Amino acid sequence: MSQSHRIPGGQIDRSKTLQFTFDGRSYMGHPGDTLASALLANGVRLMGRSFKYHRPRGPLSAGSEEPNALVELRTGARLEPNTRATVAELFDGLQANSQNRWPSLAFDMMSVNDRLSSFFAAGFYYKTFMWPAAFWEKVYEPIIRRAAGLGSMSRLEDPDSYDKGFLHCDVLIIGAGPAGLMAALTAGRAGVRIILADEDFRMGGRLNAETYDVGGMQGAAWAEAAVAELSSLPNVRLLPRTTIVAALDHGIYSAVERVSDHLAEPLLGKPRQTLWRIYSRHAILAAGATERPIAFENNDRPGIMLAGSLRSYANRWAVAVGDRVAVFTNNDDGLRTALDLQAKGIDVVALIDSREGRALLPGIRHLRGAKIVDTKGRLGLSSIDICNANGKTESINVSALGVSGGWNPNLNIASHHRSKPLWHEAIAAFVPGEGGPVNLVAAGAASGAFSTHAALQTGQSQALHVLSALGIAAKSSDLPEAEDAPISIKPLWHVGSGKGRAWIDPQNDVTVKDVKLAHQENFTSVEHLKRYTTLGMATDQGKTGNVIGLAIMAELTGRSIPETGTTVYRPPYTPVAMGTLAGRSRGKEFKPFRLTPSHQWATEQGAVFVEVGMWLRTQWLPRAGETHWRQSVDREVLATRKSVGICDVTTLGKIDIQGTDAGAFLDKVYANTFSTLAIGKCRYGLMLREDGIVFDDGTTARMGEHEYVMTTTTANAVTVFRHLEFMRQCLYPDLDVQLISTTEAWAQYSVAGPNARKLLQKLVDQDISDAAFPYMGAGNITVCGGLRARLFRISFSGELAYEIAVPTRYGDALIRHLVDAGKEFDAVVYGTETLGVMRIEKGHVAGNELNGQSTALNMGLGKMVSKKKDAIGMVLSQREGMNDSKGYRLVGVKPIDKSQPLNAGSHFLELGAAPIAENDGGWLTSMVYSPHLECHIALGYLKAGDQKIGQRMRAVNFLNNTDVEVEIVSPHFFDPEGERLRG
Amino acid sequence: MANSLLKPKTAFGDHAPRTVDVGPIRIMERFDVALASLATRRGREKAVAKAAKSAKLPLPEPACAIANAGYSAFWLSPQQWMVEAPYASHEDIAAVLKTIFADAASITEQTDAWVRLDISADDLPSLFERLCNVDLRTAPVGHAVRTVIEHMGCYLIKRQESLVTLYGPRSMAASLLHVLEVTAHSIK
Repeated sequence: MSQSHRIPGGQIDRSKTLQFTFDGRSYMGHPGDTLASALLANGVRLMGRSFKYHRPRGPLSAGSEEPNALVELRTGARLEPNTRATVAELFDGLQANSQNRWPSLAFDMMSVNDRLSSFFAAGFYYKTFMWPAAFWEKVYEPIIRRAAGLGSMSRLEDPDSYDKGFLHCDVLIIGAGPAGLMAALTAGRAGVRIILADEDFRMGGRLNAETYDVGGMQGAAWAEAAVAELSSLPNVRLLPRTTIVAALDHGIYSAVERVSDHLAEPLLGKPRQTLWRIYSRHAILAAGATERPIAFENNDRPGIMLAGSLRSYANRWAVAVGDRVAVFTNNDDGLRTALDLQAKGIDVVALIDSREGRALLPGIRHLRGAKIVDTKGRLGLSSIDICNANGKTESINVSALGVSGGWNPNLNIASHHRSKPLWHEAIAAFVPGEGGPVNLVAAGAASGAFSTHAALQTGQSQALHVLSALGIAAKSSDLPEAEDAPISIKPLWHVGSGKGRAWIDPQNDVTVKDVKLAHQENFTSVEHLKRYTTLGMATDQGKTGNVIGLAIMAELTGRSIPETGTTVYRPPYTPVAMGTLAGRSRGKEFKPFRLTPSHQWATEQGAVFVEVGMWLRTQWLPRAGETHWRQSVDREVLATRKSVGICDVTTLGKIDIQGTDAGAFLDKVYANTFSTLAIGKCRYGLMLREDGIVFDDGTTARMGEHEYVMTTTTANAVTVFRHLEFMRQCLYPDLDVQLISTTEAWAQYSVAGPNARKLLQKLVDQDISDAAFPYMGAGNITVCGGLRARLFRISFSGELAYEIAVPTRYGDALIRHLVDAGKEFDAVVYGTETLGVMRIEKGHVAGNELNGQSTALNMGLGKMVSKKKDAIGMVLSQREGMNDSKGYRLVGVKPIDKSQPLNAGSHFLELGAAPIAENDGGWLTSMVYSPHLECHIALGYLKAGDQKIGQRMRAVNFLNNTDVEVEIVSPHFFDPEGERLRG
Repeated sequence: MANSLLKPKTAFGDHAPRTVDVGPIRIMERFDVALASLATRRGREKAVAKAAKSAKLPLPEPACAIANAGYSAFWLSPQQWMVEAPYASHEDIAAVLKTIFADAASITEQTDAWVRLDISADDLPSLFERLCNVDLRTAPVGHAVRTVIEHMGCYLIKRQESLVTLYGPRSMAASLLHVLEVTAHSIK
């Protein structure tokens, strides 16, 4: 199809032609086009349907503020819904489709909603779906959800990759229009590090859309020269296609760079987009301004757009949106549109100026004191109805209309920290207020300085201000000559009484009438107005409509506009793809994995792994013929208790604690005493929080006079280390203690079972007989003829057990060697499930019992809290409520009928007691099947549990619908005297 | 010392260190360096400084690394350093350092707590600005800092303009290499 609406000029590359499709029809465009400009060049004004009423819509703007021209871009897995055609850069082969219509854009069955509009006013849902209440969840909500939304999702995995990164600069300049470029030139020439970011693919801002000169040359040419100079400076980084989406804390800004969106698909290995975190010392907001429309009846037809955008399409993209054009304005900028279009040879049939007494524009039918009251045209504008100053109405045939209600500075970034914008009467708009992000200043139109000269001037002066703050004395240079037209505006927010529908937020189909309804129903605060009418929601966040909405509310309430105020500006400034926020964190790379020293060996054996924090630990190791995990676990448990089992326990936290006060420090850390521990011995330690609740447990060994090695649970390795550092640095800075984590430095294996010593003695170079290496012994040893290693005689399983550690690089070799050496004992390697079975059989607490709510007394470890010394948590553990003799105590639980399984989380009830909260006696914390006892067993917290040993109770679980009669027993199911581990 | 029964493996589970080239970027695992932390005991600053000087062991200022012919070191925290030495001569580095510093310092072996990757390329800032919050463009040679790369706590040392050492958690070596490779591909 020919580009019927293309006119001469513009900043497009006519030497190349790009082919693209919209709703399956093929069109042509050029490099430099957006999808919207290319469609308009081909005479396509209708690009979408509105959200609620399915009204036909075309682009309102030529930028990121676009509320109407939302399309589905690309196809297949790369399909992206709700993309603004006004910022979608054209590429060869681009495929776009309209959305929110059926069966076609021109004939949309859902446009029946438009006929029923009186039923869909603001608050419709709230009022209509109140009754019957039971219908909400099952009937109303699903229907509303189906009807909601614009585009559709492919539901396929995104094939593209996304990057994240960190940039640093002295000055971040947001926006590369005249103010941003002038600021960048000033600061860049002074040698400071600059990042200049602009959301457009062509830097220059409005200079690309205007015809006037800057410094004796076309504005666009001046911008091009400025960009060329900046790109030659090594201290300047230009980021086109990059939107600053958020002002974070301490001079940090979030930016999205669209690296590959202008290509059919990213180059191999390249990300589609990059999310930058920019660290700046200073920032200059030069984001320009966004034009706002005037609300009048049926002001939403395709062909009606912002006057400045109509001008942009003509000047930058060489597109005449219509052959007969009118302009409706309340300010002088609208006049510029009329003049520019006329200069392009476009027939400007009327300039409707709501102001009276202005000088007549020569050569144009300039209707002063006139207003547009209505429009016509089914799928696009065909005529406008004008009410002249004398009250007479007339209808004029037009195919395009530019509307200018004034310009709003793009102050969003300055208000991301909740700074209240200030009302600037002269421009009838809000400007950035006090209390914005530290070291952020605004320049150019973003600060309310609207003329080109003012933009250049404020750009330079703000850059000088920033340079001065950086300690650099720079002088102002001569500014390039530029227009400096005064601002002349007489606010006009809407036309008419509001009986018909005059749109203020076309994306959400919010009309003047809706604002009036909100006022009538007392939703007069702007925040309520937003929620009640949906004004300013969705992809455009009300960039064109918000100020009109609140101005109308001000009018209705009799308050001033600044009294009415704005809603809070929140990031992101423009929509951000979820993939961009995720970056490289997706799929199995969502987070890093920690692999144990035995991982490679375990993988070869077909081990099943479980995620424990970031660690992948062996859960169990199935053998041939085992079809259920319980078979593997039962075998591992029985084999270990019968002979010997090996388990990788490297994941337990290891902290090296040294210093002349290391023992005294540990006495503060642990509830029990460590300073008296003999060299070469270990002790089980219980660590409390300040509030007396148990924090963590583990064994700590004394390796030398001033040298201890602490072990923590896997889960708390980091938090315990952090806790110790806090204690060392903040609570006890006078103690001579040094800490460092050694978790990863040593590969550590538990070797447990009656034959553990025999197996280890085959490797260990020293004598480890009971006499030479007694229970709770610890020491530096060597293995396999001289490799340095550590040995701890500790047991979590209740068996004769050791933990042996070698430098991690030997961990793989050690597991293989242990397995080989263990063959004669039928040694098994076991995983975390078997570990769990054996610790529950032995009554040891673990994560389920260390639940952040339980005390040492609850765990049956009350005696470990030494009263002879001060330690973290000791005082508060003495609180009365935590020492109630009827409080929770750790108990063992067995089913009366051994064939019945138990469920963790079941609650204790007295026999015959009603299953109500008042009768709740506690709960089962951990449950396993004990192959040794041949039944399920559990640990639990039971009120006054220590006084109920031998009693029968019920374990009731409403989630699993089970009710099992159980016997309360000692938590030490297995070898309660501990004879085996001392053997 | 070499052991006839037990063969060491790298953090990637190999018998030899790994080298990966992505375009002009080379990621080289180093398996020949012994590490130990050195922390001054309370009030023993002078003794530590004196012992270090006589052993030609550098004690760099905060955020710095110094490489000497025998020992190298980088700063960890106040009065705490990580000492590097050739593994071949210092396999039991903690024992060696204890003879130098005696009871003036706390020494802990750290050799196998870390995977060391030396990354070389002409344009390293473009790679590292996508990985971590270290301003490599302005950082001087000898800059050493603790940083986070995709949740992984690492030490980064700028050895030369075109050479950076990363020490990452050994257990996360595969994840760290993965993110380096993916990022290198995005800029090659």
